[in-house]
Parts: sequence; C-alpha cells; structure tokens
Amino acid sequence: MERDLRVCVMGEDVGHYGGSYKVTKGLAKKFGDLRVLDTPIAENSFTGMGIGAAMTGLRPVVEGMNMGFLLLAFNQISNNCGMLHYTSGGQFTIPIVIRGPGGVGRQLGAEHSQRLESYFQSIPGIQMVACSTPYNAKGLMKAAIRSENPVILFEHVLLYNLKERIPDEDYICNLEEAEMVRPGEHVTILTYSRMRYHVMQAAKTLVNKGYDPEVIDIRSLKPFDLYTIGNSVKKTHRVLIVEECMRTGGIGASLIAAITENFNDYLDAPIMCLSSQDVPTPYAGTLEEVTVVQPAQIVTAVEQLCQ
Amino acid sequence: MALSRLASSSSRSADLLKPLCSAISLRRPISTDTTPITVETSVPFTSHQCDTPSRSVQTNAKELFTFFRDLALMRRMEIAADSLYKAKLIRGFCHLYDGQEAVAVGMEAAITKKDCIITAYRDHCTFVARGGTLLEVFSELMGRQAGCSRGKGGSMHFYKKDSNFYGGHGIVGAQVPLGCGLAFAQKYSKDEAVTFALYGDGAANQGQLFEALNIS
Repeated sequence: MERDLRVCVMGEDVGHYGGSYKVTKGLAKKFGDLRVLDTPIAENSFTGMGIGAAMTGLRPVVEGMNMGFLLLAFNQISNNCGMLHYTSGGQFTIPIVIRGPGGVGRQLGAEHSQRLESYFQSIPGIQMVACSTPYNAKGLMKAAIRSENPVILFEHVLLYNLKERIPDEDYICNLEEAEMVRPGEHVTILTYSRMRYHVMQAAKTLVNKGYDPEVIDIRSLKPFDLYTIGNSVKKTHRVLIVEECMRTGGIGASLIAAITENFNDYLDAPIMCLSSQDVPTPYAGTLEEVTVVQPAQIVTAVEQLCQ
Repeated sequence: MALSRLASSSSRSADLLKPLCSAISLRRPISTDTTPITVETSVPFTSHQCDTPSRSVQTNAKELFTFFRDLALMRRMEIAADSLYKAKLIRGFCHLYDGQEAVAVGMEAAITKKDCIITAYRDHCTFVARGGTLLEVFSELMGRQAGCSRGKGGSMHFYKKDSNFYGGHGIVGAQVPLGCGLAFAQKYSKDEAVTFALYGDGAANQGQLFEALNIS
C-alpha cells in the first residue's frame, strides 16, 4: 500500500477492528478509512464494488471474512471478475485480489468450514493461489496485488498463528510456481495449504519407515505448475495427492486429470488422491476429524502406493 | 452406595422445596391464580402505515409466573453455555441470547405451534421456547448424539420440525428468503398460519433480505 497509492482494502471489520483474523491490523490508522474500508455485511455488493473499482484502475484487495461468505458474491466473481477482461475484448483488466480464510477449522460448523477452491476453479479468467507459510503468504500476496489478473488468494483459518522469520525487504513468490518442500525419490506427494502440515507430519513417520517422499506444495491452484509436477512425476513415477477439498470435484480431481493427460506414460501406478469426505463438516470434534485427511491415512496410502 | 445417596439427597431437596411452596401458597396464592390482570405496557408503539396495537394486555398471575420461569430458565441456560464455552467444552461459535429472552417468550405466548419461526444463529432460547429441552440444547452445544441435530450442527443449527422451528442459520441474512418460502408454503396449502422470520441489524445489509421482502 505504501508502494502504490492505487492499492486499497475493503471488507468486513478490516478497518477499525483490524480484521477478524488481524490480517489488516494497524492499516486503517496508517492509511485512513477510505483506503481501508469497513463494509457492511453485503458480500455481493462490496465484491462487486471492488471489481467495479478495479475496472477503472484501482487495485482493491477484497477480504471475505470467511471464504464461505464469498458464495454470496459468486455471480460477481464469476461473471464480472472472471469474464470482463474477455468480454470487453481486453479493454478492461481487473487487477483485484480476493482473499480470505477458508478450510476446516476447529468445530466451526458446516457453513464456516467450506473449501471454495473447488467451486471457483472452473471460473474462466481468474487465477487461484493458496498460501501455507508466513514466507509464501507475504510473497504470494505481493505478487497477487501486483498482478494485472484477478487473483483469489486462499488462506486457512488454522494457519494464522504460524510464526516464522521472514525477510523484511520486498520479495515476491511466483504466482504460478509450486514449492518443493522436501525432495525425494520414491513418491511425489502433492498438497497445498493446511494439508502440507499433515503431509510433513506423515513424512517424518515415512522416513522412519524407510521411504523417501518428495513433497510439493502446489501453491498455484489455477493454473497448475505442471512443469515442477511433471519433473517430479518423471523422477518418482508414483503420485499421491493430499487435499482438504471434498472428493467430488475438488482440486485433486482436476489435478488427477491434468497429470493423467500429460504424464500417463511416466506413472508406475494409478494416482492416489486423499480428500475430505463428501459431507457437510460436522460440528462434533470427533466426527470433524474423520472427515478430514489425517497423517496416519497419508502414511498408509504411501505404503500402499509403493508396494 | 453413591446412587442411593443421590436418591436420598434428591428426596431431601424435594422435601426442602415442598414446605417452601406450601408456605408461599398459604401466604400469597400467586402461582395458580387466574384472575385477570390488565397490564399497560411502558413503551408506546410507533407504527408505519398501520394502527398501533392496544397497550393494555390481559394476563394473570399464573401466566406471568410461567413467563418468569421460562425467562429465568433461558437466562441460566445461556450463562451456563457461556461458562462451558470459556471452558472450551463448547467450541466454534456460541451466540448467546441472554437479555433478549423476553422476545422469545412473549412471541411464543401470542402464537401457536402451527405458526413457523425461523431465525439466525442466536437460536438457543428460541429453540427452548418452541419446546426444546435443555438436554437437547447442551448435548448439541457439546457435540453429542443426544443433541437436537445429533451433534452435527452445533450452536448455530438448532431445529425442531415438529413444532415448526426452522432454525438456526449461520450465514447472515440467509434465513430470510427461507422464511419467505415458509410463508409461501403456508399460503399454498391454505394453512391459516403465519411465519416469523427474525434477523438482526447485520442482516439488514443483505440484499437477499430486501429481495425476500419484495417477494413477500
């Protein structure tokens, strides 16, 4: 916001409250009420407002207090945000960033535990990235703001408390690049957002059991970084996808299709995909745990894949 | 051994209660009195394009006592829920209705169980007013099977189909079009009943609310 006067923030409680997860803490005091705008609870309207402002050249960052609330703005995101660049013959660009926390939290209930990346991925014209560490959160956010394309940045409710030492200076992460978390030889594990941590936990167990998993945080949900993924598949010949989306129509489903289409000859076994159950997330903690992929399941899947 | 102690203690507390009740009934027979009392409400109504209702209300001591009992029960339930939430036995969201109990109780006194009520996420007391039990409330809040939604819904998803309580909704404003639908069904089936769709000032910002009003 210091670098570019056209960057502004809008969303519920982003200003005076500093953001429901304190992402915009201190910004309203520094930049004022208009640049850090507190909106009413009207997602369809303020997302549309952000898109309209972006059409004129402003660079808004629209926050959904929970990604699930952005379902109310789906029409604006799909028809206007995604399509206007195309339907106007290139006259308008929509340099907007739509961001917010999503994913399954701790017993937040079905409506507040949604994974919107599955629903948004089909919208033509938008770009989707998911951050998972403080380092890539800063890098991806800056890249998203500087991009001329509409970018949806998926954060996760349970990852806000992560602490990491990151560089103070300006840096960006490439929006279309996947992150190599742990190089390996036996199996490629593709994951993103919170499941990265479940995978790394499983990786510790796997290493003790003698396996050498290669863990890639795909980060770019649309488009996929098929270059990094492809190189990994060519090396290990086995793929396991671990995601928080539901089984049907999730990021995993699309990833399976993309890998099968492009790298089928390099695979020694069918791609395995671990996803959340196709149910609304239950409130009861024990039930909620069962609907999401757990490290033990990842270990079993790798063992099965490497037989 | 422990069970027999519990049984004897409960009978002791029942013994304790009995003389108190009888003492009250001897001195001031208020709990079963049905002589009509006329109450003048304290705050005048303001109306918009309709006549204001009369400020005199007919009631009796017995009815007032049931109101008080319900109000007190709801208040204590909400305070208990607050303590459980702070003890992390209730997780996620817990929106409390203490302070507003009179709205639920008063509304319930004027309508029947054939009329439909739909509200947002601050639904614990409305559920109780519609006939829900405390066991169902606390089981649901703590994610147990005995809850009204079998532990799968949580604080924001209380429903009671048999007494026409349609919830219990987490997304701000989403319940209003649903309420419009309930009323539509009543009109469609010529039900002679009404629907009450409740919402807060946050939902007053939602476009779908005005769309629902327009359709209604």
